[in-house]
Amino acid sequence: MLAATLVGWSRLQFAMTAAYHWIFVPLTLGLSIIVAIMETLYVVKGDDFWKNVAKFWMKIFAINFAVGIATGIILEFEFGTNWSNYSWFVGDIFGAPLAIEGIFAFFMESTFFAVMFFGWNKVSKRFHLASTWLTALGAAISAFWILVANSWMQHPVGTEFNPDTVRSEMVSFWAVVTNPIATSKFFHAVFSGWMTGAVVVAGIGCWYLLKKKETRFAYASIIVACCVGLSGGVATMLTGDSSGVKAAKYQPMKLAAAEGLENGGPRAAFSIVPGVKIPAMLSILATHSVDGYVPGINNIIEGYTDNEGNVELSVAEKMERGSQAIQSLKQYRENKESDPELAAAYLADFRENEKYMGYGYLNAPEDVVPNVPLVYWSFRVMIGLGSFLMLLLIVLAWLSWKKKLENFKWLQVVALLSIPLVYLCGQAGWIVAEVGRQPWTIQDLLPVGVAVSGLNPAAVQTTFFIFASVFALFLVVELSIIVKAIAKGPEL
Amino acid sequence: MSYQFLQNYWWCLVSLLGALLTFLMFVQGGNFWASVLRINDSQRRMLFNSTGRKWELTFTTLVTFGGAFFASFPLFYSTSFGGAYWVWIIILLTFVFQAVSYEFQNKKGNIIGAKPFQIFLCINGILGPFLVGTAVGTFFTGSAFTVDKSAIYNGGSPVISTWANNFHGLEALAQPWAVALGVAVFLLAAMLGALYLLNNIEDETLHPTLRKGVLWSGLAFVVVFVTWLIHLYITDGFAVNAEGIVSMEPYKYTHNFVANPIVLAALFLGVVFVLFGWFQGAFTTSVLGIWFAGIGTVLAVLAIFLVAGINGTAYYPSNVDLQSSLTIRNSCSSPFTLKAMFWASLAIPFVVAYIAYAWHAMDKKKLTTEEIDKADIKY
Repeated sequence: MLAATLVGWSRLQFAMTAAYHWIFVPLTLGLSIIVAIMETLYVVKGDDFWKNVAKFWMKIFAINFAVGIATGIILEFEFGTNWSNYSWFVGDIFGAPLAIEGIFAFFMESTFFAVMFFGWNKVSKRFHLASTWLTALGAAISAFWILVANSWMQHPVGTEFNPDTVRSEMVSFWAVVTNPIATSKFFHAVFSGWMTGAVVVAGIGCWYLLKKKETRFAYASIIVACCVGLSGGVATMLTGDSSGVKAAKYQPMKLAAAEGLENGGPRAAFSIVPGVKIPAMLSILATHSVDGYVPGINNIIEGYTDNEGNVELSVAEKMERGSQAIQSLKQYRENKESDPELAAAYLADFRENEKYMGYGYLNAPEDVVPNVPLVYWSFRVMIGLGSFLMLLLIVLAWLSWKKKLENFKWLQVVALLSIPLVYLCGQAGWIVAEVGRQPWTIQDLLPVGVAVSGLNPAAVQTTFFIFASVFALFLVVELSIIVKAIAKGPEL
Repeated sequence: MSYQFLQNYWWCLVSLLGALLTFLMFVQGGNFWASVLRINDSQRRMLFNSTGRKWELTFTTLVTFGGAFFASFPLFYSTSFGGAYWVWIIILLTFVFQAVSYEFQNKKGNIIGAKPFQIFLCINGILGPFLVGTAVGTFFTGSAFTVDKSAIYNGGSPVISTWANNFHGLEALAQPWAVALGVAVFLLAAMLGALYLLNNIEDETLHPTLRKGVLWSGLAFVVVFVTWLIHLYITDGFAVNAEGIVSMEPYKYTHNFVANPIVLAALFLGVVFVLFGWFQGAFTTSVLGIWFAGIGTVLAVLAIFLVAGINGTAYYPSNVDLQSSLTIRNSCSSPFTLKAMFWASLAIPFVVAYIAYAWHAMDKKKLTTEEIDKADIKY
C-alpha cells in the first residue's frame, strides 16, 4: 500500500472536484428541461412573453453551464493524473463510456447550446426550438454514459480479469450498459436534477413575488418549475427505492453504513434517527419482504448466511483468498514461459479466488467499513430534505395555480431559502453513494490504495489547493453574476 | 476484424482527433491576437465573441480526444497523465480558465473585472497549443518512465507506471526538439487564428492587421516546422520488432515515410495546403485561407501522429528504460473493447454533419462590431 497521505490527498482532490462539478450539473439537467418547455410554450402559443421568460432562464443556464463544462474536463484528466493504476486496470471498460459520452453527448450539447444561445435571430423558430431540446437531450445522454461508468465501479459486470495483460477487460458491452445499478442511478440522478432546477427557478420566482415585481413572469416560472420538479421528484423517490434494493443486493456494506446497522438479520429495523426505529422496515425497504435478511456491519465482517442459505465469507477469509489470488497470479506469470503446466495450475487457482482479489490488498478486516457517521447522516439529510422539498413544490404548485401565492410571504421566504437546501440534498446523496463504497474504487476488485498514481503527496497537496482556490474564485464570480442578472430581471 | 486492424484503426482515429484538435486550436490562436493586437475595446470584444462561438467545439474535441485515447490506449493515459503530472495539470488549468472566461468577462457582477479573464484567454492562447505541442513532441524524443506490470502482485508499491524524476513532465521543456514542436504548434495556431478571424469578421480596419499577423506567424511557423521536420528525417527512432523488443534505429521516421508513401503524401499535401492558405491570407484579399490551411493542418498533423506509431514504432518511447516504451500493440485495449468502440465510432460522420450544418446556419452572416454592439446576448 502507498503512503496513506498520497491516497488521502488524491481522494480529497477527486472528491472536491466531483462535489464541485455536481453543483453545476443538476441545475443544467433541470434547467435545460424547464427552458425547453418554456420555449415550446412560446412556439405553440406564439406569445412573446414566453420567449422572454425562456430567454431570461437561458441566461442563468449559460452562466451555470460554463462552470459545469470547465469542471467536467478536470474529472476526466484526474482519472489519469491521480488514478493512474486505476486507468490501466480498468481503462478497457471505463474508457469506452467516456469516449462514447464525448462522441454522442458533448458535441450535441455544445453545438446546439451555441445555436440556442446565439441563434435567436440566425436560425428559424423551429430549428431553434429543436436546438434547445437537443441541448437538454445531450445533457441527459452525457449523464447516462458517465453514470454507466460510475455504476460499473459500484458493480463491475460484463468484465473478466485477464492475467496476461494484468487488467480487467470487457466481455459484454451490453452487460455494462444495462447494469442494474446504472439504470436506477441514471434516473435517480437526472430526476434529482429536475428537482434542483425546479427548486432554483421556483425560489427565484418567489424572490420576485417578495419584491412585488414581474409577478406574471414569476408565476409562469414557478408553475413550469413545479410541474418539472414534481414529476422529477416522484421519479427520484421511486428510483431511490430501487437504488436501495440494489445496494442491499450488490453493496450490502453501503446499506449497513447508511443505516448504521451494526448487527442485522431478518426483520431488520429501519433507523429514523439514532434511538428511533421502525421494526422490520429496513427488511421491507431493502428486500421488499418482512423477513428479508439484511446484514449489518459486524455480520459482513464476520461472515453470514442469508435466508436462502447463501454463505458469505468473513472478510478475514476473503482477505486470505485475495492474497492467494495475488500470489497465484504472480506464480502464473512467472512460470508461463518456463513451465506451462505449472502455470495452468496456478491460473486455475487464481480463477478460484479472483473474486476476492481486491481483499488481498487490505490490511485488516475493518478496512472494509466506510465512515459510518458520515454516510448515516448524509442518508438522513438526503431523505429529509428531499421529502421537505417535495412538499414545498406541491404547496407552491397549488398556490401558484390558484394565484394565491403572493398572499403567503413566509412561504416565499421559505422557498427562497430552500435553494441551498436542494444542493445540500444532492451532495448528501452522492456522499452516500461514494463514501459508502469505500475502500473500493471498484467494488471488491480494486481498493483506493492500489488505484492511485505514484506521485509525491506534496504534489497532489499543491494541486488540491490550486483547484480549491480556482473553484472558490469561480463560485464567487458566478454567484455574483447570477445575483446581478436576477436583480436586473427579465426583459418583458 | 483482426486485432491488428482494430489497433491500427484506433491509432488512425486518435491521430485524426489530434489533427482536428490542432486545427480547432485556431480558437487559441485567435485569442492570442485578440489579446496582443493594438485595437479598440469594441474590436477586441468582437474578436473574443468571434472565437467565443467556436470555443466549445475545440474544448469538446479536446475532451473527446482524451476520452478516445483513454478508451483505446489506456496504458498511455495512465502512464503519461499519471507521470507527466505537471504538464497535464498546467494544460488542464489553462483550458479550465478559458472555459469560464468567455461567459464571465463582460458580465455585470463580475467582481474581478474583464482584464483578468482576458489575460487567462491570452495565457491559454499561448500555453495551450505550446504545451500540447511539446507533449506530442515527446512522442519522438522519449519520456522518463518505466512500466512494470508485476508491481500489482509483487508487494511494495503497486503502481505500474512510474516516472523516473521529480519534474513529472516539466523536464520536456529542456528537450529542444520537443519544445520546437511546441513552438511550431503555437505559431500554427496563431496563423490559423488570424485566418479564422479574417473569415469570420467583417471589419475594414482589422483585416490588414490580421493579414500582417498571418504573414509573420506563418513565416515563423514554416521556419520552425521545417527545421523540426528535417530533424525528424535524420534522427534515430524507436523501432519495435515482431517480438516487441524496442531498439534505436537510425532514420527510423524516414523509413516509416518510405514504407508508407501515402502518409508522406498526406504530409506533403498538408504542407502545400497550409502554405497556400498562408499565401491567401497574407498576400490576397481572399478570406478562404482558413479552409485551405485548416485542411492542410489536419493532413499534416495526421501524418505526424501516424508516423510516430506505425511500421513498428514505439509512439510513446521511454528514454530511461527502452523496453517500457509504449507501442500501438502493447498499450491498447482488448479486441472486444476496440471492436465495440469501432461500431460506436461509425457515428462520427453523422456528428460531423450536424456540427457542419449548425456551424453553417450560424455563420451565414459575418460578424461585425455593429452586431456585437447591438446584440443582447454576447460574451
